[in-house]
Amino acid sequence: MTPVVSAQRIYKSFGSVHVLKGINLEVQEREVLCLIGPSGSGKSTLLRCINHLEKIDAGRLYVDGVLVGYKQRGDKLHELREKEVAFQRKDIGMVFQRFNLFPHMTAIENVMEAPIQVRREPKAQVRQRAHELLERVGLADKAKNYPAQLSGGQQQRVAIARALAMEPKLMLFDEPTSALDPELVGDVLGVMKQLAKDGMTMVVVTHEMQFAREVADKVLFMDGGVVVEEGPPERVIGSPREERTKSFLARVLNPNA
Amino acid sequence: MSSSEAPPAEAPAEAEPIQAVPVRHYGRWVAGVVILFLAFIVARSVITNDALQWPVVGDYLFDDRVLRGLQNTLILTVIAMLIGIVGGILLAVMRLSPNPLTSGAAGIYIWLFRGTPLITQLVIWNFLALAYPRLGLGIPFGPEFVSWDTNQLITQFTASLLGLGLNEAAYMAEIVRGGIQSVDSGQLEAASALGMSRTKTLRRIILPQAMRVIIPPTGNETISMLKTTSLVVAIGYFELMVAVQTIYSQNYKTVPLLIVAAAWYLFMTSVLTLVQIQIEKRFARGTSRDVVQRQGWASRMFSRGGGNVT
Repeated sequence: MTPVVSAQRIYKSFGSVHVLKGINLEVQEREVLCLIGPSGSGKSTLLRCINHLEKIDAGRLYVDGVLVGYKQRGDKLHELREKEVAFQRKDIGMVFQRFNLFPHMTAIENVMEAPIQVRREPKAQVRQRAHELLERVGLADKAKNYPAQLSGGQQQRVAIARALAMEPKLMLFDEPTSALDPELVGDVLGVMKQLAKDGMTMVVVTHEMQFAREVADKVLFMDGGVVVEEGPPERVIGSPREERTKSFLARVLNPNA
Repeated sequence: MSSSEAPPAEAPAEAEPIQAVPVRHYGRWVAGVVILFLAFIVARSVITNDALQWPVVGDYLFDDRVLRGLQNTLILTVIAMLIGIVGGILLAVMRLSPNPLTSGAAGIYIWLFRGTPLITQLVIWNFLALAYPRLGLGIPFGPEFVSWDTNQLITQFTASLLGLGLNEAAYMAEIVRGGIQSVDSGQLEAASALGMSRTKTLRRIILPQAMRVIIPPTGNETISMLKTTSLVVAIGYFELMVAVQTIYSQNYKTVPLLIVAAAWYLFMTSVLTLVQIQIEKRFARGTSRDVVQRQGWASRMFSRGGGNVT
């Protein structure tokens, strides 16, 4: 079966800073992959490469067996047009650290925007689905609120509903709880757990080790632009082999020590 | 549920309300008395000074020539601002384009039209025929399909519109660009991640948010345009100010006619300000959690319930 995401020897640099140095990665359907690692390790950049928000410099990246951002003709790669990139992105949902809800639209308008504008679905049908999605993330009563009237946790759940409205085959989460007050983290993680249980394929950049342990099928520890260690969570987080993984986990799991 | 209807928070009933003596703002009272006195002096002189000739003001307020000038002022303002806004958006988008020639072209336009006096531009448009006696449509270096006499095509009216509108576009371009750049880059990313095209993102996500930043200076520009239209006197066209000048150069009733012009300008500016407030309200959607409770003037002067307005 074709993996949903397949990355082969991905390189990426910003100017002279090499952020990704030969990353390999595979995510199967219905799988949850958690990317962990210190800040600056390149995990967010890797995530952003998957929907081509960042262009890779070398290697090959496939989503659903299709090259991301390029097409191959003969032995040459051609950059995709903006329209074609947009076409690829509509099947990949993304949730950002800073929510990035559209502030001039209510919660439900945020959720309805892309299905109406991009997929050109009839409004009544989209509204119906948007209500169901807001209910699913526990915000049915906040449909008519503007983002500024919602707490961070509520905004992030609306953002998840907004991404789900496009019925994506893959969801990317870029540190979805890092900007939240501690008591609001649980609600967002709860929604994500449920999503994983429902069989969504997910790649999650996170610092929530408990969440990674419970939900991930596979954990990938990155440092300095390379994959240091990967495997099932109980292995990587439970009994890490590499020295770098051990010291990172010690710092994250026991910050006051 | 809209938050603007939310009742103000009330103290719990069992707690005894504080009955403190409010701070006395003696400075505010002194300033108030001084200002009221000055206002009285000015009002008295305006009413009693015969040189102002209020009856004459009344005679000319709705004079035919004044009304025709007023009409021209309004037409010029509206059309020139339309050219300015549409052209400004176009130039701003060009300026932000990844294509260096496109952004360069917009940059040169802005440099040229902001860098020369408006009055020069007006005169150049008016005398375009001296440089290009005929204007035509055709294939460059090839056959020409139609052509016109420049002097007939560019009347004083069109020259005024071209001068005012194209100049305004250069200023509006910078205002719109500032607005677009004020929108958080995460918005563009979120829209792209949802598969929205660049044009759609601009129209649905970026511009509506940029409007909040664009509107106040655009209001300024419109009000300024209302008065700048009087520059068309340089090319012999007329509007409110020219109409008034023409009249007082014949009857020497200078002061009352200037009052007539000022009154009309103030009236139009006031209407425009009201329109601007409405538009701002419309684009302020979703920007505040609650309606801020503003204090009335009485509480600010006499400090009923605290007078801290910062």
